[in-house]
Amino acid sequence: MKLMKIAASAVAITAFAGIATAAEQYVPVTAYWTGPYAPGGSGIAGGWVDYMKLINKRGGVNGVMLKWEKCDTQYKPDLMIECYEKMKGKGAPMIHPFGTGLTYAVFERAWKDKIPVVTLGYGRTDATDGRVFPYLFPALTNYWSQSTTKIKFIGQQVGGMDKLKGMKIANVHHDSAYGKETTPVLEAQAKKYGFEYRNFPVAHPGLDQKAIWLQIARQYKPDWVILRGWGVMNPTALKEAARVGFPRNKVVGVWWSGAEEDVVPAGRAAKGYYAAGFHGSGTDYPAVQDILKEIYGAGEGELPKERVGSIYYNRGLVWGAFTVEAIRKAMERTNNQPVKGEDVQWALEHLEVTPAMIKKLGLTGLMPPMKLSCADHEGGGRAKFMQWDGSKWNVVSDWIDSDQEIVRPMVEASAAKYAKEKGLKVRDCK
Amino acid sequence: MIYREAGQFKTSYEADEAIFPVRQDRVFVIGLLVVAFFVIPVIGNDYWLRSVLTPFLIFSLAALGLNILTGYAGQISLGTAGFMAVGAFAAYKLSTGIPELNIIIVFILSGIIAALVGIAFGLPSLRIKGFYLAVTTLAAHFFIEWTLTHFGWFTNYSTSGVISAPEMVLFGYTIESAESRYLLALSIVVVMTLLAKNLIRSELGRAWMAIRDMDVAAEVIGIPMLKTKLLAFAISSFYCGVAGALWAFIYIGTVEPQAFDINRAFEVLFMVIIGGLGSIYGSFMGAAFIVLLPILITNIAFAFGANLPAEVLTNAQLIIFGSLIIFFLIVEPYGLARLWQVAKEKLRLWPFPH
Repeated sequence: MKLMKIAASAVAITAFAGIATAAEQYVPVTAYWTGPYAPGGSGIAGGWVDYMKLINKRGGVNGVMLKWEKCDTQYKPDLMIECYEKMKGKGAPMIHPFGTGLTYAVFERAWKDKIPVVTLGYGRTDATDGRVFPYLFPALTNYWSQSTTKIKFIGQQVGGMDKLKGMKIANVHHDSAYGKETTPVLEAQAKKYGFEYRNFPVAHPGLDQKAIWLQIARQYKPDWVILRGWGVMNPTALKEAARVGFPRNKVVGVWWSGAEEDVVPAGRAAKGYYAAGFHGSGTDYPAVQDILKEIYGAGEGELPKERVGSIYYNRGLVWGAFTVEAIRKAMERTNNQPVKGEDVQWALEHLEVTPAMIKKLGLTGLMPPMKLSCADHEGGGRAKFMQWDGSKWNVVSDWIDSDQEIVRPMVEASAAKYAKEKGLKVRDCK
Repeated sequence: MIYREAGQFKTSYEADEAIFPVRQDRVFVIGLLVVAFFVIPVIGNDYWLRSVLTPFLIFSLAALGLNILTGYAGQISLGTAGFMAVGAFAAYKLSTGIPELNIIIVFILSGIIAALVGIAFGLPSLRIKGFYLAVTTLAAHFFIEWTLTHFGWFTNYSTSGVISAPEMVLFGYTIESAESRYLLALSIVVVMTLLAKNLIRSELGRAWMAIRDMDVAAEVIGIPMLKTKLLAFAISSFYCGVAGALWAFIYIGTVEPQAFDINRAFEVLFMVIIGGLGSIYGSFMGAAFIVLLPILITNIAFAFGANLPAEVLTNAQLIIFGSLIIFFLIVEPYGLARLWQVAKEKLRLWPFPH
């Protein structure tokens, strides 16, 4: 008996000492390296993990080393739940579900477990209203904000928002939760600016679009086309547009339609095509150069070197930087010790990433500045637009601000509906 | 020696009609139930209960449903996922439309709705057989998926088409924790398994098997085709519908058509084939094989301290899993249930081989 007790306490002491000396911050990395969406998943996860490797090489976050664990969700909600349940007990400070359907599957249980769910550039739009959703952060920019920047961009191209009146815009979208998310906000904008729009849903996976593009080019004859595609649907759409002779420089893609993987397979048909992005592309940033030198130079990179600087990779860097900055902010509460979900929740609602901070990180031009608050879980809502010149993406616009006059009331109305359905108390953010 | 029924005499008709006529089987099943109901909720943590055992139970139910149709009645179906989706959406519409409805009644009603849809799509089975029937049920799957995505009424006009399942309250108690979810799923699965077992032993079950073995002969001896086949579709869809509702309400917590894609239908079909066509416990074994094995492979890799990257691990898992399926189908084409039977026969003779 006595021996057992001694052994037990010895174990307890070493375990305690282990935590005290190592001071590691656990970070769950859920993404997909297998399945149909692996090109996007591996790219983003690669950038994200490489960024954390760089941070660790520089001594971690305030001296705390990052320790990550990967879990493959294959873009399936049930596997996401398995990953989540496995990782939540290990001290997960936040979760990136990496998929709109996956977000819906975990956010309510994460809320109960007090782990913030961070969805950068996807996810549930109305969660922007932090008063209703304290633990869900569609940060940087959500789908509705993106839609308003896109209409503004089209307005810039035609020489003013008043020129939109009477125009016709076709919305070619993936027929899924993700694809349909922007329908209400387009409707609101059509009313505001007086343009006409029509939806053209494309069934998953989107390999057959002949009839749709024929209808667009011969019958509907829109002035612009919005391409809200995903995966293999994007190059197919561009090829079909070329076949029916619809000008590609009148096609604007969303940021899940604007990576190298979306245009290279379309070959010459993709030339001139525009797409949105919420971050920069290429490798001309100090942090990316450091990653190339310190991580890839040492042969420790996550991906083949050629993929560094691609759109998905750079998006992963933004995710990594966002994660690290949130942890850094949360450490203000824990005296530079590893943080928990509640700390990160507080941190995210007080997070401000200023241009000076971004410069210090070496990510100027790649990462947009942002400021989140209790009421506003988006904190940015800007987008840049790029054009594919046949070999690379060129940024062709400045940061375009979203139109919160349209988006915010819709977000609040949708969030209020959710709160009412669930019988939730709305927080007072004053 | 251990498994021998010598000395167990049946002295009444009841004893002869018992579900488990052999004492050892009875003891084993009761022991299993005691462990499942009382031991596992206590020793299992959230991870095991919620993301391993609950989906296993739900998949078992779906596999059982398909086994009734394919294994017992001999009608090949690829519509399983579609019928599961019908059950899930029916449960959602019922529980949001009539919030005061008891959740058990919601599950039963959603099963009945799935059964009605199953009957409608079962009608072609009267004319079409074999692989051609598989094609019509495949059409049923896509028809259901399309309908659920394109009519806002099914999702209460949610913009994204993904909706979260409402809270479940049972006898004033909110089903929320991993334990309560697991126990609710377990209770439903046990009751429905018992029903299925008795159904199979009834006149209807025997009629199904007659149709499976030779439908012309079955018709000649007076088994009504229309009624029997449609009942097979109805009951099978009922099981799948309840499984879909459980999937949405107890497991995932969201209802979306994409969760019930064609891969899900194949997954359930594989469970039935690997577990054993025409066997109740085969459905459970098949579900265990498909759901638990990938998790087991991952955990074994970790247990051996293999610090493999996630991408290598998942690919390795797929490779091992695929090879095991091929291995089992070559070694035992009648499924895991047959292996179990062989094991029991061996046990009966043990330790004397002859």
